[in-house]
Amino acid sequence: MLQIKNLHAQIEGKPILKGINLEINAGTVHAIMGPNGSGKSTLSSVIAGREEYEVTEGEIWFNGVNILELEPEERAREGLFLAFQYPIEIPGVSNANFIKMAVNEVRKHKGLESLSATDFLKLMREKAALVGLKDDFLKRSVNAGFSGGEKKRNEIFQLAMLDPKLSILDETDSGLDIDALRTVAEGVNALKNSENAFLVITHYQRLLDYIVPDVVHVLYDGRIVETGDKDLALKLEDQGYDWVIEKHKQEA
Amino acid sequence: MSKDQELLDSITSQEYQWGFESNIDQDIAAIGLSEDTVRFISKKKNEPEWLLEWRLKAFEIWKTMPEPHWQNLDYAPVDFQSISYYAEPKKKTLNSLDELDPEIKATYDKLGIPLEEQKLLAGVAVDAVLDSVSVVTTYKERLAQDGIIFCSLSEAVHEHPELVKKYLGSVVPVADNYFSALNCAVFSDGSFVYIPKGVRCPMELSTYFRINAKNTGQFERTLIIADDRSYVSYLEGCTAPQRDENQLHAAVVELVAMEHAEIKYSTVQNWFPGDKEGKGGIYNFVTKRGACLGNHSKISWTQVETGSAVTWKYPSCILKGDYSVGEFYSVAVTNNFQQADTGTKMIHTGKHTRSRIVSKGISAGKSQNSYRGLVRVNKRAEGARNFSQCDSLLLGDRCGAHTFPYFEIQNNSANVEHEATTSKIGEDILFYFRQRGIGEEDAVAMIVNGYAKEVLDQLPMEFAVEAKKLLAISLEGSVG
Ligand SMILES: Nc1ncnc2c1ncn2[C@@H]1O[C@H](COP(=O)(O)OP(=O)(O)OP(=O)(O)O)[C@@H](O)[C@H]1O
Ligand SMILES: [Mg+2]
Repeated sequence: MLQIKNLHAQIEGKPILKGINLEINAGTVHAIMGPNGSGKSTLSSVIAGREEYEVTEGEIWFNGVNILELEPEERAREGLFLAFQYPIEIPGVSNANFIKMAVNEVRKHKGLESLSATDFLKLMREKAALVGLKDDFLKRSVNAGFSGGEKKRNEIFQLAMLDPKLSILDETDSGLDIDALRTVAEGVNALKNSENAFLVITHYQRLLDYIVPDVVHVLYDGRIVETGDKDLALKLEDQGYDWVIEKHKQEA
Repeated sequence: MSKDQELLDSITSQEYQWGFESNIDQDIAAIGLSEDTVRFISKKKNEPEWLLEWRLKAFEIWKTMPEPHWQNLDYAPVDFQSISYYAEPKKKTLNSLDELDPEIKATYDKLGIPLEEQKLLAGVAVDAVLDSVSVVTTYKERLAQDGIIFCSLSEAVHEHPELVKKYLGSVVPVADNYFSALNCAVFSDGSFVYIPKGVRCPMELSTYFRINAKNTGQFERTLIIADDRSYVSYLEGCTAPQRDENQLHAAVVELVAMEHAEIKYSTVQNWFPGDKEGKGGIYNFVTKRGACLGNHSKISWTQVETGSAVTWKYPSCILKGDYSVGEFYSVAVTNNFQQADTGTKMIHTGKHTRSRIVSKGISAGKSQNSYRGLVRVNKRAEGARNFSQCDSLLLGDRCGAHTFPYFEIQNNSANVEHEATTSKIGEDILFYFRQRGIGEEDAVAMIVNGYAKEVLDQLPMEFAVEAKKLLAISLEGSVG
């Protein structure tokens, strides 16, 4: 589904990603862990198409499409979703209107008709319930005045509405209390199927207790330096990153 | 920020869709302005002597006045001698719609104005002003059943001279300002409305203004009188062909509300704004003022300003009657090289008068957008209240937003509140939309419509829809 080959990216002339290779297949969950500032959010931003980041080398293929040539909205319509680490507030635009527009854009891209108002409302209610958001939140402005936890739930709500092929969750677990974490994780698990894939960025094993990864990567200084199964995450939880840093210092 | 710049430059602006020119046979006054011009216009309209005198007096006053420069605008001076002050379609005095010049009708059709009676099921009565002359007023008979007068001002001069004589210039005095004085001298036509006592006007009244002829100015004049306990909602729309040179529009609107009367005046202004390089466009120098003469009367201005190269406009209320209410709701959009200096004046002279100001400025491109508002509470205006909300929204970082609120409070019992905010549609917000599959133009439209909602909600339904589209169109190609 996703192939990243030797990806290099920089911001304001400063190299951040220094040769990422990553392959994600349908029906799998990958986790990326790594110390602060190692480039995890940068990687997700580059995949999603944020224009501040300049790709200096490498390729990203998504279902056979070279997405580096696509605008961010085109990537999204192709089925790429990023749950932001810091979701932004949009005053004056209601959640309902926002997600309706987004869903219709994706449907249009697939050659489908817009959903009728009643079908849409039904779908919204169902997905809001899935992530534990009350109905009245649909009328409120996108993320405006939301608590940290509500913002993260809203990201997963949007994910559920859009039903993307690849979902990147950038520290969706941070700022969530235990109950919220479980709700969000259960939401993700409910959406998981053999056709889609997830890339979960996290610092903590506790999320991976709920969303069990097939593959775990360690990102350090702009490179994927370790790849393993779910036990790698347990080892990191136990021993921290020191051993990784020690092992790969020379290359940095 | 060079990324933003690139983006701004790379996307071309949406072309002005109303920029066509119609091939209509017209009588145009010789270019230039003199006493003879004033006499020519008055004669053309077969006006009574008193009106000619009034015009000539205004012309004398105007000649002594300096052009104002206090506003936050920068434009090439207007050469008043290079303009024609009067243009009219050749065939006139229509007995029915069928006699209307097909070209004129086609023009209004293109503008989407429902001139034909059958289309008027929509419940809108229309007076259409092309260049200088009011072309046709529809729905007149239905309105006459209620005693409502809705006609061109020229017609009112002949049919209802007592009303015109009494109220013309009563709200905006001849010497009020440079452009209003000029209008008094050379005004061409406009709408006249009188709502009798106790009558609630059964439909929206509407005027469409269009400048068509080349090298002409448009100087229309509207007068609306709402007698005791009456109600009227009035809407004006404006467009102009796309031209390289600047054209002058200097209108005057006067509203009079008697006891318990209410006037709602809405404007969707879409004069040609000039092209992407700032070439051409309308100079829109307009004086709009309403007098709440009666106790418990109410005047409410709503404006959606998207057009014009330069806008200078302050729809105001004089709150003379006790317990009278003045409102001003405004969305002013500037893009490319447009400049707007707009706002309101709320003059509280009666007791327990209230005013509310909601101004939403939106600036994009290299435009400048200023809010200028005055709230004055006179000594005897016991218990006056005002609330002002002035918000600015910036798209990109080469435009400007400015707020100039003035308060002159002479009575200690006044309660005046002012709030102002400035926000920006930045890259972060746009990226959030885009990551969800929503393109930049749609994102801007959604944000702007949300931002302007409080004002758009004031418009009659069908015009609110139109205004929303207009907002989106006028901001296309402005994101970054
Ligand atoms: N806009 C920017 N300008 C300059 N440097 C940036 C910018 N964005 C990211 N960086 C730098 O790139 C590096 C990687 O940042 P990134 O946000 O990708 O890290 P991360 O792995 O997601 O960290 P965290 O675990 O704290 O979320 C950091 O050194 C950061 O300071
Ligand atoms: Mg991060």
